[in-house]
Amino acid sequence: MSVTIDTVKRVAKLARIAVDDEDAERMTGELNAILGFVEQLNEVDVAGVEPMTSVTPMEMKKRQDIVTDGNKAGDIVANAPATEENFFLVPKVVE
Amino acid sequence: MPMNELTKLTIAEARAKLRAREITSAELTDAYLFAIDEANSALNAYVAVTHDRARAMAKASDERLAKGEGGALEGIPLGIKDLFATQGFHTQAGSHILDGFKPRYESTVTANLWADGAVMLGKLNMDEFAMGSSNETSYYGPVVNPWRAKGDNKALVPGGSSGGSAAAVSAWLCAGATATDTGGSIRQPAAFTGTVGIKPTYGRCSRWGIVAFASSLDQAGPIARNVRDAAIMLKSMASVDAKDTTSVDRPVPDYEAALGGSVRGMKIGIPKEYRMDGMPEEIGTLWRQGIAWLKDAGAEIVDISLPHTKYALPAYYIVAPAEASSNLARYDGVRYGLRVPGRDIVDMYERTRAAGFGREVKRRVMIGTYVLSAGYYDAYYVQAQKVRTLIKKDFEDVFAEGIEAILTPATPSAAFGIADQDMSADPVKMYLNDVFTVTVNMAGLPGIAVPAGLDGRGLPLGLQLIGRPFEEETLFRAASVIEKAAGRFEPQKWW
Repeated sequence: MSVTIDTVKRVAKLARIAVDDEDAERMTGELNAILGFVEQLNEVDVAGVEPMTSVTPMEMKKRQDIVTDGNKAGDIVANAPATEENFFLVPKVVE
Repeated sequence: MPMNELTKLTIAEARAKLRAREITSAELTDAYLFAIDEANSALNAYVAVTHDRARAMAKASDERLAKGEGGALEGIPLGIKDLFATQGFHTQAGSHILDGFKPRYESTVTANLWADGAVMLGKLNMDEFAMGSSNETSYYGPVVNPWRAKGDNKALVPGGSSGGSAAAVSAWLCAGATATDTGGSIRQPAAFTGTVGIKPTYGRCSRWGIVAFASSLDQAGPIARNVRDAAIMLKSMASVDAKDTTSVDRPVPDYEAALGGSVRGMKIGIPKEYRMDGMPEEIGTLWRQGIAWLKDAGAEIVDISLPHTKYALPAYYIVAPAEASSNLARYDGVRYGLRVPGRDIVDMYERTRAAGFGREVKRRVMIGTYVLSAGYYDAYYVQAQKVRTLIKKDFEDVFAEGIEAILTPATPSAAFGIADQDMSADPVKMYLNDVFTVTVNMAGLPGIAVPAGLDGRGLPLGLQLIGRPFEEETLFRAASVIEKAAGRFEPQKWW
């Protein structure tokens, strides 16, 4: 399978990365090189093989459903580019 | 002791001298800070040097040592890969998108090191988000390998993504360094710089507070000057951590105690699939030499087959980008790091990510988004995860036959030049650097790279040993045999 420049632009939109025509052109070539390389996986007979979900056989750890952490609003917003009273500030999203 | 002799001490040697009060951590730390300040403009191994923090930690260590107290790494100065969250200090994963990020928490691995008394010298350069095999994708520019070919001044890469860690250890700019490995990022740079690097079993070191790249593959481990130092560091880095659900509930063994043990009767597998077309003859010679050394030490050498080896790298280039595209979705210009203003919130996201991510990161996020998108998920992602099951089964089959460790070359070549034309023209060429190491991540196994010789141009080459899950001690034992036979390799100081 190979991708067209339009697919690349659509994927860039999904990935939330702004690309201009020149970027999209270059990425089309790069992505096709990588997709060409991974194509060989189709040769492998995977009949009856389960897809891997965990590399180490282990049960997922669970913990008690109790509050163990919190009251750190100041820490959480400390690195944000724009905040007000412990809220993250973003451009207006509702008209 | 003169400063340049202090920085040449291994961790084990420095530990003995500190405990005997022959040297102080303050002296040792100052010697390293002086060496870093002198070398960093040439090597670019550190992206932040934490002078004040280092001196304060050294002073506290000296006070504990004076009272006859202190942890396993008391007073030992270490470098920390920029991927580990260090509270209040530069943590940007080699990326522009984490511009100015100073975490309010400490990663479990670094917290373990500080609890054992280690001293932080600073943060080490790396490929952006650990995506790269040459350290050239860093926002902070490439790291220069302290090694040069004989009679040639050309700057070489130290490998990647832990290029800063490997270069700093090799050039005596820290006693040891933390690193991480998703497809070979500890072992390949260790091989390129004549240092020892171990990627432990998945689940051995907590991933909590390590900037995520591909969560099912990422593991932390040390890069050190020799096998003993790597064993000492791994013991402190590893732990059982409730904050990482994939951290495994097994006590951490005393890896150092495993050194010096015999490999007599140990069954070591030699996989025929690792003889690659076009591999330089020197790599084959080195591999045969490694086999001979282990045989001389009494190991039993067995030819084995790992039939799905050639599919590990293509499967990796689906699984790792898929996980990365998901993990890197958090960089949106809202919660931390860089923000580029836009017309509306979506425009702000898109501009921020376009400006904040470098080319390689964008490439992988795009591939990951594509293989996870509607209509392609089964064809790419599910297929790759099935192949991954087969890759793991290859290893399980040989381990079931009694194989205890597998010997392979660490890399298909020695260090190459910065801005190599072939590699920059074709991303897949760069990816092939990890062809011998990536299988280990796909199967979650431990792997160690140990220096084994020099090529015809005088550049270091490494061998890799792959072990059964949680049998790092076997790897340390077998790696010691190779180290003892091969000797140590140090670059000629030119910086």
